Amino acid sequence: MLDDFMTRAFLAGLGLALVSAPLGCFVVWRRMAYFGDATAHAAMLGVALSLATQTDVFFGALIFAIIMAWATTQLSGQNYAMDTLLGVFAHSFLAVGLVIVSFLSGVRIDLMAYLFGDILAVSENDLGIIWTGTLVVLGLIGWRWKPLFLSTLNEELSYASGFNPKREQLFLTIALGITVAVSIKVVGVLLITAMLIIPAAAARNLARDPEMMVLAAGLVSCISVTAGLRASYNFDTPPGPTIVCVALFIFMVLNLIKTIKKLAH
Amino acid sequence: MNLLTIEDLTVTYGGVTALKNVSLDINSSEIVTIVGPNGSGKTSLLKAIIGAVTPLKGSVKIKPGLKVGYVPQRLNLDPTLPISVGKFMRLTNKINKKSCLKALEQAGVPKLIEKQMSELSSGQLQRVLLAHSLLGTPEILILDEATQGLDQPGSADFYRQIEKVRQETSCAVLMISHDLHVVMSASDRVICLNGHICCSGAPETVLAAPEYQELFGTETNGALALYRHSHDHQHDQSSKPTEVIN
Repeated sequence: MLDDFMTRAFLAGLGLALVSAPLGCFVVWRRMAYFGDATAHAAMLGVALSLATQTDVFFGALIFAIIMAWATTQLSGQNYAMDTLLGVFAHSFLAVGLVIVSFLSGVRIDLMAYLFGDILAVSENDLGIIWTGTLVVLGLIGWRWKPLFLSTLNEELSYASGFNPKREQLFLTIALGITVAVSIKVVGVLLITAMLIIPAAAARNLARDPEMMVLAAGLVSCISVTAGLRASYNFDTPPGPTIVCVALFIFMVLNLIKTIKKLAH
Repeated sequence: MNLLTIEDLTVTYGGVTALKNVSLDINSSEIVTIVGPNGSGKTSLLKAIIGAVTPLKGSVKIKPGLKVGYVPQRLNLDPTLPISVGKFMRLTNKINKKSCLKALEQAGVPKLIEKQMSELSSGQLQRVLLAHSLLGTPEILILDEATQGLDQPGSADFYRQIEKVRQETSCAVLMISHDLHVVMSASDRVICLNGHICCSGAPETVLAAPEYQELFGTETNGALALYRHSHDHQHDQSSKPTEVIN
């Protein structure tokens, strides 16, 4: 069954959907949208170095995503604000990555695959990595759920309850790094933030409870992946962007319903 | 034994001194208020007590097993974060609905348990935060400018609630406040902070102290003091003026 490239694409997409739901909710709640984006860009340097040294891009992307996330968390608030540092690191990591790649012959086409993702090229080995990453991140967030949530609400309250919010931030950073590395082949660097944020934002309209919002975001992601892949197969459109378009469509429909409901009252 | 003993506490941020040689005790069941201009180190003091900053020098000794209830200034409640009051209350404490309702009632908001946190007024939110801090039957309540964003009658109500809670549970209260005259009347002891302890004692003693009047002016009985902060004020000639940040 895993021989079929569409089956593998579905399984890879569902793995991504599951991992991006809880993380996307935290990204939205903590207003870290730019953080996710920057981490994804920085991961490109890892991809480039992996291509240069012919190692698995997953590990390269993972290492650089985490380095960048860790560095900005550590350095922010001293001389530069967080988003300034993110801008500096993200774009220079991306630029250095692109320059390195230009020295390698014959990888130009490959790189496009990592910018926009190539879910149809996912191998069985990739599937293993994606699902391992997914389970690790889900486990990490499940384990740290309460302290993470508490430190999102208020850092001092978190300290007073005996949880160090900086440590929780580090857990979140690692989870984000893993997610970026896992998603890079599926939706590509440019669309990762979209998959983190759009389903979570859409889910807000369906939930009155944080856990419910995570489940709803997971549902929106899964529907986007399934419907997006179908549509891309039928209309011969690029799969990654099609998945995001479906997520955007759901987001707009849910908001439209909400607006109509409000007007009706 | 004292609930809290702070000895010779010095806190700095990147070379800038926020607190210098601060010593103080908190005894059981007393209400202690810390007042001081912006940047006087009030928040740093609370942060040192809850372990959010590591002091450069000195120590914070906490009675072993002390139950602390902490009321933060505000929550970072993004509008995209759905959470009900009841859920928030149960976040850190494994409690049943009954004790949850009891805490909300003690804080003066018995009917909010089903409401979404984002739908609360700022007064209601502060009371829910107070209720949350009461859950573990604390021996000391710590409040960080808990009435910011409330109007004067609102803050006065809130402090009356705190006093009531103290009467019912006989917990100690340590709070930072800007609402000088409201707070003064509710406190057993006032500590006037400006990087160091300028003066402390019963509210009347502090009101009459020249150090206090220098910081806040003399007309603090009826109206709120203006927060003029004169950097050049000095008590004794030996100590240099201290650079302070918040």
